[in-house]
Amino acid sequence: MTMTTTNDMIAASPARRRFGGGDLIGLAIILLVAVIGYFLFPNNLALLTRIIAAALLVLSLDLVTGYCGVATLGHAALFGAGAYAAGIASAHYGINDPLAMLAFGIVAGAVAGLVCGVVILRAHGLPQLVLSIALIHLFHEFANKASSWTGGSDGLSGIAPTALLGLYEFDLWGRTAYVFGVVLLAIVFLLLRLIVRSPFGMLCRGIKEDPVRIRSMGASPKIALTKMYVISGAVAGVGGALNAISTQVVGLDSLSFNMSAESLVMLVLGGTGSLFGALTGTVVFMFFEDVVSAANPFHWLTMVGALLIAVVLFAPKGLYGTAAALVARRREAK
Amino acid sequence: MQPIFEVRNLKRAFGGLAVTNDVSLSMAPGDRVALIGPNGAGKTTFVNLVTGNLRPDSGEVRIAGEPVTGVDAIGRVRRGLVRSFQVTRLFADMTPAEHVALAVLQRDGRAGRLFGNFLGMPDVMVEVQELLGKLGLKELMHRKVSEIAYGQQRLLELAVALALKPKVLLLDEPAAGVPQSDTGRIEQALADLPADLAVLMIEHDMDLVFRFAKRVIVLAAGAIIFDGSPSDVTKDPRVREAYLGSYANASHAA
Ligand SMILES: Nc1ncnc2c1ncn2[C@@H]1O[C@H](COP(=O)(O)OP(=O)(O)OP(=O)(O)O)[C@@H](O)[C@H]1O
Ligand SMILES: [Mg+2]
Repeated sequence: MTMTTTNDMIAASPARRRFGGGDLIGLAIILLVAVIGYFLFPNNLALLTRIIAAALLVLSLDLVTGYCGVATLGHAALFGAGAYAAGIASAHYGINDPLAMLAFGIVAGAVAGLVCGVVILRAHGLPQLVLSIALIHLFHEFANKASSWTGGSDGLSGIAPTALLGLYEFDLWGRTAYVFGVVLLAIVFLLLRLIVRSPFGMLCRGIKEDPVRIRSMGASPKIALTKMYVISGAVAGVGGALNAISTQVVGLDSLSFNMSAESLVMLVLGGTGSLFGALTGTVVFMFFEDVVSAANPFHWLTMVGALLIAVVLFAPKGLYGTAAALVARRREAK
Repeated sequence: MQPIFEVRNLKRAFGGLAVTNDVSLSMAPGDRVALIGPNGAGKTTFVNLVTGNLRPDSGEVRIAGEPVTGVDAIGRVRRGLVRSFQVTRLFADMTPAEHVALAVLQRDGRAGRLFGNFLGMPDVMVEVQELLGKLGLKELMHRKVSEIAYGQQRLLELAVALALKPKVLLLDEPAAGVPQSDTGRIEQALADLPADLAVLMIEHDMDLVFRFAKRVIVLAAGAIIFDGSPSDVTKDPRVREAYLGSYANASHAA
């Protein structure tokens, strides 16, 4: 029986380790990378802010695709809804406080998430993918046609956010926007860490593996997934609003199939089903795109393609997922 | 006493083959029933039909007197009708502790919570440890299910069903695939269940059936051919015939 007690301790230890510590480490890494980025690229903070906005979109996608197994190529609809809502609030209604614009973006993203969720979750597998593509095209076309609101293909301009908290003007160098973005990302990251480890997060992982089993436990996969879609929409809405506030224009590309597909590529590149995977994939992809397209404007797409093929073939869990698996195996071998 | 679980004239055919052929039965709280029958008799199909995993062609199911024919699988679980699966259905990437915790949280309406973690919920952990301890899974409770033996997965399958605290429990061959040395744990767990719970267990191991059941139902070719006491079942000529036809080995075991 003494055996049992030692085994209990061994069994309990990994759970303890999983609890709490990762959050602070993750937060520290995000802030560290943000600071390094600030000093390495002081003249290109706009790029870094765009990366943060994209990271929010990819995190949002990870919630439904990585954690819940929903197949979608239309996730930019949620991001675009947030961007347009924040932009329209400012350009048409004179709501120029960045936090108020952010609130509009979050709500619009959540509503778009609800709409997309209700439609996309009616199907599974390939039909689900087709529905998501149809949705993003509808959203895109709607924004294009409603040009008196959205500016159509010219884009929505006239967005003029006032100083953040009444103190920090959005300067030409994009410093305020960058710091704003970093803070938003950190807050979202911590909230999502809570959510993925919560009972609800556990329920969603169960649904991803076997929805029939979840039903036999008395839980409704559809309700849970719809809820996750709304959360995901709010997160994408933060990204969209950040984009609108920092660039002060919103274009149709923020609501495009292309952006949806790219966000999925970034997620797969980093590794699905982990918040760090989503962040890694975004940073690597966006940097690679920026560096390579500057170095070789004619063949950069070829090189991005080659990178992707290499990752999918040799690191199928994504860059972060594969690295994490290697570290775990190391640790186990000891 | 009012039956807690009733099935009336349940029918289902697959492409002309009547797999459930006019099955009726009723169980009272506290019943311990074994459902036996040769391979392919339609036992699992019966469970799928009454739990709402499969749609019957006709017939009615009642839980505590309420017809649930129009209620989906989720609603039936919430009314207290819980099943286990013959072929283990677990979440490969999750741990036994997570499985049981999820069942407990779901039962209490807390599975939708966005904050907190079950490891920090003392009431949930007490239940998790108690149930897994009873089934000998406590030492493995933080391993991934994909890393534990099949026999232990079978025990976990049972643990998930028990954690839901059902009123009617349908167990589809809970001991199949469990090493002989561990079947005692299943029996003990079943013996510890609340006295007013109605249990129907599908099982091929006749020793287990005789120790567990006060009533045996025999299904053959989709129809009930015997419903009575364990002592009478082996004497029944129709049961002998059904088993001799396709299933001579089991009658040896009996
Ligand atoms: N979805 C289905 N479609 C077609 N036929 C099916 C389906 N499910 C079951 N059957 C058939 O119904 C019959 C009964 O199957 P069932 O699984 O209910 O038997 P069982 O009594 O549980 O057998 P076992 O003891 O092997 O578990 C079998 O002939 C099987 O092939
Ligand atoms: Mg069966």
